[in-house]
Amino acid sequence: MTTSRGTKVALSIFAVIAFAFVYVPLAVVLISSFNAGDTLAWPPAGFSTQWWAKAIDNEGVRNAIVTSVVLGLVATAVALIFGTLAALALSRFNFFGKDAVSLLIILPIALPGIVTGIALNNVFTSYLGGLTFMTLVVGHSTFCIVVIYNNAIARLRRMGGNMEEASADLGARGFTTFRLVTFPLMRSAILAGAVLAFGLSFDEIIVTTFTAGPGITTLPIWIYQNLFRPNQAPIVNVVAAALVIVSIIPIYVVQKFSSADERGGGVI
Amino acid sequence: MAATTASPPKGGFGYRHPRARLAALLAAPMTWLVVVYLGSLAALFLTAFWTVDGFTSAIVRTFTFDNFIEVFTTPAYLQTMLRTLGIAIAVTIVCLVLAIPVAYFMARVARPRWQPLLVAMILTPLWASYLVKVYAWRAMLTPENGVIAWFASPFGLGGPGFGEVGIIITLTYLWLPYMILPVYAGFIRLPNSMLDASADLGAKGWRTFRSVIIPMIFPSVVAGSIFTFSLSLGDYITAQIVGGKVIMLGNVVQQNYVTNLPFAAAFATIPVVIVLMYLAIVRRSGALENL
Repeated sequence: MTTSRGTKVALSIFAVIAFAFVYVPLAVVLISSFNAGDTLAWPPAGFSTQWWAKAIDNEGVRNAIVTSVVLGLVATAVALIFGTLAALALSRFNFFGKDAVSLLIILPIALPGIVTGIALNNVFTSYLGGLTFMTLVVGHSTFCIVVIYNNAIARLRRMGGNMEEASADLGARGFTTFRLVTFPLMRSAILAGAVLAFGLSFDEIIVTTFTAGPGITTLPIWIYQNLFRPNQAPIVNVVAAALVIVSIIPIYVVQKFSSADERGGGVI
Repeated sequence: MAATTASPPKGGFGYRHPRARLAALLAAPMTWLVVVYLGSLAALFLTAFWTVDGFTSAIVRTFTFDNFIEVFTTPAYLQTMLRTLGIAIAVTIVCLVLAIPVAYFMARVARPRWQPLLVAMILTPLWASYLVKVYAWRAMLTPENGVIAWFASPFGLGGPGFGEVGIIITLTYLWLPYMILPVYAGFIRLPNSMLDASADLGAKGWRTFRSVIIPMIFPSVVAGSIFTFSLSLGDYITAQIVGGKVIMLGNVVQQNYVTNLPFAAAFATIPVVIVLMYLAIVRRSGALENL
């Protein structure tokens, strides 16, 4: 279709404004982290890197980063197994209740986080003896499964079954086919899913609030606890700015390892 | 695909019994999701029909509808419910109004070699921390010395400050990429031939947009709206940070869950029912395949 020149110009201007809407707040966070003053007030009082130095030395921040990384790795590992198994089952078989199963996998992210959070909290505290690091892992794994599943199933659908049939014709049994054919072909999609799952876990706050054992502080929990403490504002600014910069990494990895067309809407 | 090929039986047990193979694949993830997740949801739903003893604050396990009656007969709670629903709908509409032109620009106006960059530019803020983005809007919206107030003051204007408008702006900001990306994918999939056909039949730009483009990208729009709507419906942290005195559904749940879990559980079923109803309605549009 030929979009008229006027429409094109109008759309371009609109898009520029929209992209500004998306990036101005992030830029404000980055600029504020170099603020010489000690409040969040705009405009900044001057340029300084002192808060970056203080944030790097902050033990609370460092411990929170370690907790978040360990949690993300463990939750991703659990989700990797379950998500991949579910994707293999749903892509290669037709069975009664298949729709219900796919809905069940999506449900943990479709329902509000607070519902998942208090549901798990209730079971852990009322029936299973309280919250620990493991309960946090359970909470995170549950909503990470869908990310791995979505990436894996998109790749499996695109691959089709021909390669696996060829492998079977050549005499390979089920597990050999998986090891030598299916898995190598879906590896990069699973990797992209794992990066996204880790990012989701690293960032999650609501389910975390309700499933973390006492004294377990992930990075989002640390930010949340210090958000309303005026004397911590500059450190929170630096952590926020650092997270904005770090968020570029998963995007890069995902762009590199999975093509846009197999990610459907491309959101999860 | 062993189930559908007609080759003679060979291979191991799994090969001869595809059902067993399916069961082996599904056993672990389904056990996890059904036992851990659905089990917890069921327990929570059951708790909603219990009460809390006023003196000992222990949970009394007798079946009653009291919590639901309280939720639906207390004006403040009803107001919170309607306000939350209104905010979620407003966020979805604003996201839609912003996303369609931006997605159209990305898919059909911008040069193809720019497209991966534009998609990355939409994805990047999505993976920036949720909390950081809400925090950024606190810096933007702060009355007196916020960024918006600072830019608006020379014109004698103030910023929107903290409150409903602040919540809507922040939630729109948070969930906008979830709307742009599926709509963008929808525009990419739109075949040129169809637009040419529409033009050949005499339709001008607007008519083509209304009669061809909108129906074609509708499933993508619905897919996006699942995120913008349901994520807004359950959010309570945004209201805490930029809402001022305004509270949403999630805040009521969060405030009550320690002292009165049964009531919090009853209140929490409202967004669940609304989201499930919404999912049931949109299932037919094929949107769930566009997630």
